[in-house]
Formats: sequence, C-alpha cells, structure tokens
Amino acid sequence: MTGSDTHRTIDAVWRIESARLIAGLARIVHDVGLAEELAQDALVAALERWPETGVPDNPGAWLMATAKHRAVDLLRRNKRLEHKLEEIGRDVESRQDGAPGFDAVLDDDAIEDDLLRLVFTACHPVLSTEARVALTLRLLGGLTTGEIARAFLAAEPTVAQRIVRAKRTLAKAEVPFEVPPRAELADRLSSVLEVVYLVFNEGYAATAGDDWMRPALCEEALRLGRVLAGLMPKEAEVHGLVGLMEIQASRTRARTGPSGEPVLLLDQDRARWDRLLIRRGLAALDRAEELTGRPGPYALQAAIAACHARARTPEETDWARIAALYAALARRTPSPVVELNRAAALAMAFGPAVGLELADELAAEPSLKDYHLLPSVRGDLLAKLDRFDEAREEFERAASLTRNERERALLLDRAAACGRATASP
Amino acid sequence: MRFMILVKADDDSEAGVPPSQELIEEMGRYNEELVNAGVLLAGEGLHPSSNGARVNFSGDGRTVVDGPFAETKELIAGFWMIDVKSMDEAIEWAKRCPNPTGEESVLEIRKVFEDTDFENATEEQIAREQRLRDRIAES
Repeated sequence: MTGSDTHRTIDAVWRIESARLIAGLARIVHDVGLAEELAQDALVAALERWPETGVPDNPGAWLMATAKHRAVDLLRRNKRLEHKLEEIGRDVESRQDGAPGFDAVLDDDAIEDDLLRLVFTACHPVLSTEARVALTLRLLGGLTTGEIARAFLAAEPTVAQRIVRAKRTLAKAEVPFEVPPRAELADRLSSVLEVVYLVFNEGYAATAGDDWMRPALCEEALRLGRVLAGLMPKEAEVHGLVGLMEIQASRTRARTGPSGEPVLLLDQDRARWDRLLIRRGLAALDRAEELTGRPGPYALQAAIAACHARARTPEETDWARIAALYAALARRTPSPVVELNRAAALAMAFGPAVGLELADELAAEPSLKDYHLLPSVRGDLLAKLDRFDEAREEFERAASLTRNERERALLLDRAAACGRATASP
Repeated sequence: MRFMILVKADDDSEAGVPPSQELIEEMGRYNEELVNAGVLLAGEGLHPSSNGARVNFSGDGRTVVDGPFAETKELIAGFWMIDVKSMDEAIEWAKRCPNPTGEESVLEIRKVFEDTDFENATEEQIAREQRLRDRIAES
C-alpha cells in the first residue's frame, strides 16, 4: 500500500470512526471540545504511523487507545484540567476493580448512548443555529472545516472561528454531556431535527451543477437522520423527518432540466424519481405513523410528499388528502405559507373557486405582503376562472416580488398570456 | 455516492447450504453496524443459480437458459447497496464484513452510476442512459 493509499484509507476510517471516538472520549473528559482535540491528535498519530506500520486490524480501537494515552499525557501537563485527571484516575482505578472503564468505551451499547449525548450536545440551545449546524457536521459528520465552509459558501476561517466559539460556549456554560431528561426531550429533539433538516435544505436548494459539496449535504443530512432513527427508534418525528428527506431526495434527478433550470414538481419526469429512496421514505413514514396517532410537522410533511410519490402521474395525485394534511399541519404549526399551500391543494381537489376563497383571505395577511407565491397562486386560480384582467395583475405583481430571474420570466409570460386572453375573448 | 458490494457465490451457496448459526449472528451484527452508521440502503441474499435463469441475446434472437450455471466464482450470492462518501469508505466497510464463507471468499465493490458521471458524455449517450433508467423505473 502506498502512502497516499494509506492516507485515503485513514480518511475513510476517520469518516466511520470519528463520531464514536469523539463521543466516547467526551464521556470520559466531559468536554466535547477537548474530546475532539484528542481524537484529532489520534488521527495525526495514525497519519504518522500507519503509512509505515500498515493499517491495524481494528483501526477504531487503535485510535481510541492512542487518544486515551494522549488524554493522560495532556492532562498531566495541564494543571488547569487537573480535576479531569482525577476523574480519569478514578476511571482507571474503577477498571482495576473490574468495573467498566476506558476500554469499555468501545462497548456497543455505550457507543449508542455516547453518540446520542454527542448529538444533543452539538445541538444544544445555548448555541446559535449556525454554530449547531457547524458543530454537528464537524463532530458527527466528520467533515473538515474546509468542507463545511465550502458547503455553506462561507470563508474557512469564519467557520473555524464558529466551531471554536461553539466549543468554548459549551464548556463555559458547563453544558452536561447527556441526553436531556424526559421533560426536556421533545424540545431538545426538535432542535436536533431542525439542524438536520437545515443541512438537508442547504444542499437541496442548490442545483446539481453547483459545487459538489452542496448536494453532498443532502446525503450527509440523510445519513445523520438515519443514524438518529437508529438511536431513537421510538421517536415518531425522527422517522417522519427521515421519510420526508428520503422522498424529497428521491426527486433530485428530476428537479433540474437539461440546462440546469428548475423543474416544478408537477412537471417532473416521474420515471426519474429514485424508487429505492421512495420505498425507504414510505417505510420511514409508516414507522412514524405506527408510533403515534398524532403525527408531528415532519411526519405530516412526509405524508404530503408521499401523496406525490405514490401518484404515478400528476393527475393521480390525491389532492383532497394533501389539502387535509395541510390543514393538520396548519393546526400543528400555524403559518400563512402552509395555508397558501392548502389553498392550492384545495383548488386542485375541489376547483379553483374553493382555493381562491382561502387565498383571498390570506391577501390581508401582513407576513405575506412581499411573498411572491401568494399573487402567483392567486393569478393561477383567477386565470382558471377566466378572470384574466385580475390574473394578469397578480402575475405582474408576483413577477415584481420574486428574486429569481427564471421565475420572473415565467410569471411575465403568464401575465402576457392573460393580457392576450382578455384582448380576444 | 452509492456502491454495490457483491458477494460472490461459492460451492456451498450454489448448493443452497444455509450459512452457519454463527455466521448468521455475525452478519446480523455487521448489518446492524451498517444501519447504525446510516449507510445501508438495501441488501439481499440471492437463491442459488439453480433457481435462476439467463436470457441470452444474439442479434434479435433470445434464448432462455435455466440455471444452474457453471463458473461458480463468477456468480453472485447477494449484495448490499451502501451510500458513502468515497470508494475508500466503501472498501473500509467491505473489509469489516465477516468472511461470507469462512474460507476463500470475494466481495466485489462497484460504484453505481450517477448523473455527474456523465458530464463528459455526448448528448446521445446521455439520452441513451436516460432511456435505460426510464425503463428500469417503469418496471
């Protein structure tokens, strides 16, 4: 094996082992930042040693053992961390008593608990959302600072700073390395899910032609979601989020046309949807629905996505069910945007007049004042009702509000078409 | 990116000999590891080729040949589909697999095509690939 082969192997091992390594170390030193430094030190040692000695049979155990030695060395040299050395001393002693100690860190059950603790720590509310995202990708995804920076189109030093500050904040706030108590679990879990979905959307919003890292964010978010579902198999919303992401990801290939232009859901070539991801998404949604009779926002959105996934043609779409799901979503998380989507679904299910009634009610909604999709939806429904003059105004208004050039062109085309329809009744 | 890890057949798998209790246990643990890491998309074991068939093409002609097939080492006994970041990661996962037969076995790793693999392809080639995919998706 050449040196560069070994380096690539080490990258792969790091990708597989780093989260478990950091999580295991964090349980011992009670400090996520320190745990990550120790894990990084072990990685550097592997980079120095393995090209000569070859990759050990159990690279994870090697890294853990090395990190453990570094921890003891470091703590000996560092007075500031004296109490942590004491803890480790106790740990070593207790191991001699036959109780689980350092070496048990690689024990399977403990790993899962440790990983869960790491997830909740990285997504702790004491951190800003940006910091949670960066820290999660770094500690759980094993992404480098450079990779995270590229993915979020940020400067590398900015991201590095963000991560350093996040770790410092956690240490300063003395955030315990633990899974939150039952009473707090739901709130804290929603912070975790929010981070994962944010990562997913950051990648999903980018087109396939962009820098490779951005689509890769979708994969990373999916992987994190699947890991979470394994760690918290009883939490319906985790499965709901995984189902939502799998189904959305199944459309990736169909979402852009030959010259990179976005293709809307109903215009997509459904043969290009990824059946494997759809199956996985529907299975995850089933699990979410089995676990609760009161699905949360992610499971509801997944159920809406599933309605589209199940329809073999746009005409087969169960719009009545989609409208009902949007109504349920609006009850769980009231939002004018959800209502607008419900209006569009109602129009598809029961005719444009029904949808327009709800859309008109939303016209007075201040938060939608500059939201281009409101006039866009209203324009569409008005045009379907042959009220072309009003429709043209709405499309023109929508065109003036959108920031997307292609969309503006499309809306102005529709406005012009309405103008022609009025002129020649 | 997606990789398919193919398990090559051996005399036992072709004879339909079920794996040992121990191997089932080890494979179960391995599969769990793949799931826990969020990388396993799908995986199945295949019946011996004696339960299979081949369709041979010759120009417009088609001939169906029932199994079993010779060249045991060229046959496939099962597969995993995994979603990982690199070929090296796929190799690293494959290395962690318990020895599928306990003796001389082979796991073959193959990358699954993606859109981005066709950046240098001609329009015609892309269209052909697209037709192929469409057919797969329809079935």
